[in-house]
Amino acid sequence: MGDVSIFLQHLTNGISLGSLYALIAIGYTMVYGILRLINFAHGDIFMLGVYLTFYGVIYTPLPWWLVFILAPLLTGFIGILLEKVAYKPLRGSARITILISAIGASFLLQNLGIVIFGGRPRAFPVPQLLNHVIKLGGVSINVVTFIIPAVSILLLIGLTYFTTKTKTGLAMRALSKDYETASLMGIDINRIISITFFMGSFLAAIGGILWGSRYPQLMPLMGAMPGLKSFIAAVVGGIGNITGAVIGGFILGLGEIMLVAFLPRLSGYRDAFAFVLLIIILLVKPSGLMGNKVTEKV
Amino acid sequence: MREKSKTHVTLIILVLTILGLFLANRYLDAYKIRIINLSGIYVTLGLSMNLINGMTGMFSLGHAGFMAIGAYTVGILTMPVSMKQMNFFMQPIVPFLANVEWGFLPALLAAGLIAALFGVLIGAPVLRLTDDYLAIATLGFAEIIRVVFTNTQSLTNGALGLKGIPNHTNTWWSWGVALVTMWFISFLMKGTYGKAFLAIREDEVAARAMGINLFKHKVMSFSFGCFFAGVAGGLMAALLGTIDPNMFRITLTFNILLIVVLGGLGKIGGTVIAAVVVTVMMEALRFLDESIDLGLVQIKGIPGMRMVVFSIILIFVVIVREKGFLKRTKGRELTYVKN
Amino acid sequence: MKKTIGLLLLVLVLAIASSASAEVIKIGVFEPMTGPNAAGGEMTVEGIELALELRGEVLGRKVEIIVVDNKSDKVEAANAVSRLIEKDKVVAIIGSYGSSLSMAAGDIVNKAQVPTVGCSPTNPLVTLNNPYYFRVCFIDPFQGTVMANYAVNELGAKTAAVIQDVTQDYSVGLSKYFVDAFRELTGNQNSIVEMSSYNTGDQDFTAQLTNVKNKMPDIVFAPGNYGESALLIRQARELGIDVPFLGGDTWEAPEFLSIGGVAVEGAVFSTHFTSEAPVTEESEVFLAAYREKFGREANAFAALGYDAYMLILDVIEEAGSADSQAIRDGLAQTEGFVGATGVITLDANGDAVKSAVINQVDDGKFIYLTTVEPF
Repeated sequence: MGDVSIFLQHLTNGISLGSLYALIAIGYTMVYGILRLINFAHGDIFMLGVYLTFYGVIYTPLPWWLVFILAPLLTGFIGILLEKVAYKPLRGSARITILISAIGASFLLQNLGIVIFGGRPRAFPVPQLLNHVIKLGGVSINVVTFIIPAVSILLLIGLTYFTTKTKTGLAMRALSKDYETASLMGIDINRIISITFFMGSFLAAIGGILWGSRYPQLMPLMGAMPGLKSFIAAVVGGIGNITGAVIGGFILGLGEIMLVAFLPRLSGYRDAFAFVLLIIILLVKPSGLMGNKVTEKV
Repeated sequence: MREKSKTHVTLIILVLTILGLFLANRYLDAYKIRIINLSGIYVTLGLSMNLINGMTGMFSLGHAGFMAIGAYTVGILTMPVSMKQMNFFMQPIVPFLANVEWGFLPALLAAGLIAALFGVLIGAPVLRLTDDYLAIATLGFAEIIRVVFTNTQSLTNGALGLKGIPNHTNTWWSWGVALVTMWFISFLMKGTYGKAFLAIREDEVAARAMGINLFKHKVMSFSFGCFFAGVAGGLMAALLGTIDPNMFRITLTFNILLIVVLGGLGKIGGTVIAAVVVTVMMEALRFLDESIDLGLVQIKGIPGMRMVVFSIILIFVVIVREKGFLKRTKGRELTYVKN
Repeated sequence: MKKTIGLLLLVLVLAIASSASAEVIKIGVFEPMTGPNAAGGEMTVEGIELALELRGEVLGRKVEIIVVDNKSDKVEAANAVSRLIEKDKVVAIIGSYGSSLSMAAGDIVNKAQVPTVGCSPTNPLVTLNNPYYFRVCFIDPFQGTVMANYAVNELGAKTAAVIQDVTQDYSVGLSKYFVDAFRELTGNQNSIVEMSSYNTGDQDFTAQLTNVKNKMPDIVFAPGNYGESALLIRQARELGIDVPFLGGDTWEAPEFLSIGGVAVEGAVFSTHFTSEAPVTEESEVFLAAYREKFGREANAFAALGYDAYMLILDVIEEAGSADSQAIRDGLAQTEGFVGATGVITLDANGDAVKSAVINQVDDGKFIYLTTVEPF
């Protein structure tokens, strides 16, 4: 196996993993942009999206492609519900307070997952379409590895269009730039925030479906680590910035893969990579690679 | 006049506690004593987190990591040499630790000091970040510590963990440390340092304008918090007799956070009560997880309901506190009030 | 208010329960029903409950099992065991899945002198120096050597790659013993061409596997949870790695097949029994009963749970007493006990000396390859 093809193999894996992180990171960054809130429960929304898809495909007579559309929609609504229950009552409160509520919400969803779905891992029903291997040169790749970045980029384009060309999108950007002024401009804050959560959760569910297709093991705690890493990706790329989230996702995904690829002795430290990267960014450029907002430091 | 009655109250509480512990050791079974020990340890943990999060307003989620440092320090230092050899059967322990065997008190102090040292090293660079970033950064550190402990086989025995740590912890140690922590923190808060912490919590810019050295005070608060977290970790290690890196995950930090929030950010007395209540409730609410056999009827329990209930309680309390009935200033948390 | 009602309810329940249970023999069970190890705990308890259904009485007295969740957490494990001993006054305990959880209970059961039987913890430290801890499963040194033997002798492997779950003592321990035995058998210190790690919960192993592929080993040894292992092998096959994959008893679970799909065909692993060729008559009884109750094929952990329970009952019957000390002594002398997972003899440490079975995945099922006697 030539060195080049090995490297290409690693590269494709990294891009694939990176896109998954990117999809989840978008949700984080959109919410943070407006509310300055780390939605700790976002990773668990991702988990719910995957499970809803699972139950939809296995236990309802609906065709899989329909479930793949309905489940994310449903997850979007769960996202709205989450916001109304755990975050809305605390709007305007100290940051610590909302953060604690977010952590509580995350644990609640995880434990609800355990109670409702049970602790045993389940197999994700991957449709045949997404699940076969092709060979390109010396590199073997599962088709899904290509589909993931493709879908992510499509969504990114769609999202960018949405935020720059539509009224709602502009309202979202206005709110994230300057909450006070935008709210004085007659923007329906509640509606915009709900839409933000809907979209973020919808994307997380799509990410979950793709994740499940690539790594077909479902567990109630499956959202915790990817969620955390995706948030780190968002920070690295520049929190509040959607393109930044995507870039951050790729950096994280590629970085993780490359670490293990070139330093296999350190493969046990893989999780730590994300956190080390985070700390470096926070110390060197806290606003992230694409960010322009400077966090107030004293 | 007030001062005198305050000292009286403190003395009475002290005497009652000692009496209570004495009676407990005499008449209660091992299970209840275990709960009492755990409550004492959680009091120390809750207070140490409260110092950082509640009184200085820095949102740190790194507690589990500092507990791990303290736990492993005590574990490795107090373990008899023969036990060490038995434990490190896969890869021998690093030579300079192979023949070490310390007493409990020095080990505890070492645990606290090493944890505090890491607190300074880690804390110094990141303490200037704002709330949410600090939270994630400290969380990151805790995770890094856990990953490192999992991989350094010759230092910590990695995933195999340590077994056979001498069970030094008894109610005198666990509650003794808790009382010392209570005393120390209230002493600290009464003085100028305490005022500085509060000022930083309320308004950093104004505090700095008043001449308070933000960096120095933040590091001080953080390292004291880490010190007690380390000591509590050591007590935990000596209580369980066995530790491994997987113990020190975010869930542990969440439990402590729950205690701090329930007791009230910034309140010492509240934290103490909350620590005891939460520890007891964790056990008492087991019936939610298990089946209840009422003779004719069997209500099947669902494992995990306990934690669902606790999470709901946390969110509920946080929201109610904000909307509710206690003294506050403009949405910020409660002012510091003793007992 | 809620708390008070809850506590009152608890007291009421306990009052009723304890008054009605004068004659009942109580066996405690502490397993992880939630948390990262929940799957293993659930499976084990299934086996124990099945055993209770099949044999609910001994010495003319009813047997009751009290299941307490240790939440995959050491502190909880210690609490759970303490509670079983002090509050529920159990005469014996079964548990836990996960050596680190068992170790948390070790001191407590030793001090309280309540005999405890572990179903699946394989870390040697669990029973070491503890006269009250036993286990019905073999330990890592044996299992690792069994697989190394198979790899070298049956598959003719000269080189191997090892991928371990560095956060699981089971995986780390098994890997080490495999590596030691493999090196010795091949006479080549460099026969392990690649040693990689991952963490429990990881889903992506492509980087580690690409490195492995590069080194072209004859076989890959990858002991780990069935979920992670199934994903790992899938990804390996996608990358074009087609050498045999070897593992340990954690693979014996239906989810290994459903998550792994066609990729895990040919995977070989050491385990305690097989549904296809029951090791003993008791296996047949167990397998049939399990199939009937749950509608699916049994797994190794349920079988071990079943055996632990049956062993304790057997000991009680032999000793003619349900006294903890008698049970402990009886357990220590266990020899040739016929369980669903094989013929069990407990050695001086309390570890099971029994044969291992090697299974393979063939056509979407576990099939039996061979039995390896203890050496």
